[in-house]
Amino acid sequence: MEQLIAWISQPWPWYVAGPLIGLTVPVLLLVGNKSFGISSSLRHVCAMCVPANIPFFTYNWKKEMWNIIFVLGVLVGGFLATTFLSNPDTIVVAESTQADLAALGITDYSKLMPAEIFNWENLFTAKGLLFFVIGGFMVGFGTRYAGGCTSGHAIMGISSLQWPSLVATIFFMIGGFLMTHVLLGPLMKLVGF
Amino acid sequence: MKVKEQVKNLQPEACEAPNMQESKEGLLKYLIIGILFGTVFVKAEIISWFRIQEMFRLQSFFMYGVIGSAIAVGALSIQLIKRFKIKSLKGDEIKIPKKEFRKGQVIGGLIFGLGWAVTGACPGPLFAQIGSGFTVVLVTLLSAIAGTWVYGKFSDKLPN
Repeated sequence: MEQLIAWISQPWPWYVAGPLIGLTVPVLLLVGNKSFGISSSLRHVCAMCVPANIPFFTYNWKKEMWNIIFVLGVLVGGFLATTFLSNPDTIVVAESTQADLAALGITDYSKLMPAEIFNWENLFTAKGLLFFVIGGFMVGFGTRYAGGCTSGHAIMGISSLQWPSLVATIFFMIGGFLMTHVLLGPLMKLVGF
Repeated sequence: MKVKEQVKNLQPEACEAPNMQESKEGLLKYLIIGILFGTVFVKAEIISWFRIQEMFRLQSFFMYGVIGSAIAVGALSIQLIKRFKIKSLKGDEIKIPKKEFRKGQVIGGLIFGLGWAVTGACPGPLFAQIGSGFTVVLVTLLSAIAGTWVYGKFSDKLPN
């Protein structure tokens, strides 16, 4: 048993994780005829808590409760995996990435997220404004405007051979490349890294 | 069985039909699927900001392998479901909503991509990051909900 846990606690390779994520598509379809998608949960939270008579949020969100329960499960899964199956070693990151990030002032690899960015002390600073507030806003606004995220478009949409999802995924990637290679450096300098 | 099918056909094709409201017990299975899914996110370190940086810097194949193989398995399963007309556990026909092309997939897609590279997370990993103890990501999540709300508020004024 201990050996098994030690084995599971290693970081899982992509060819294990990817197919498991892909299996979510048929599992959700077969279990309840649900289409895999995560960003919709954010819309359901709006519909549930602050619909404000906006037509986009006035629908029967109770029917979509499964989606909210699903993402709560993702949160719980994150907690359980970190608590009981945590990898004792530090994360292995490509050396070239480490070199690039060092130039931006990111050198702490003790956790899965860089401690220099993701800590509560940064909340009311320019760093927090960029990484939590603006970043989060773009994720929420962008996914809803695009009608889905990596799960709904890149995985569910492309899997079901829908070309608009391929277009969306291409633009997700373009946005990511643009931020990483052009904007992130100057922005990080601006907020004090 | 046949009568049941006929009765079903007589009912209006409501677009909400596949997403019927579930009982509390019915919802439990989604919690379990979510837990397994969140576990994969953490164990494959997909929730890591570093992994997303590696991906956008083209310095590691890892995330491309994850997303690529997920699409391959998803596509293969959907083909099997279609070919063999496999029904859901409740016995109804599997329905996959059609995605219509809109300008939002370009503009919104670009905006999400920018945010993805900053937060190191798409919406799924956001939840797993919070569960993993990066509690400050709660702020990111709240901001993402706010972004969703602002989109909903102004959706009819945006190019679509």
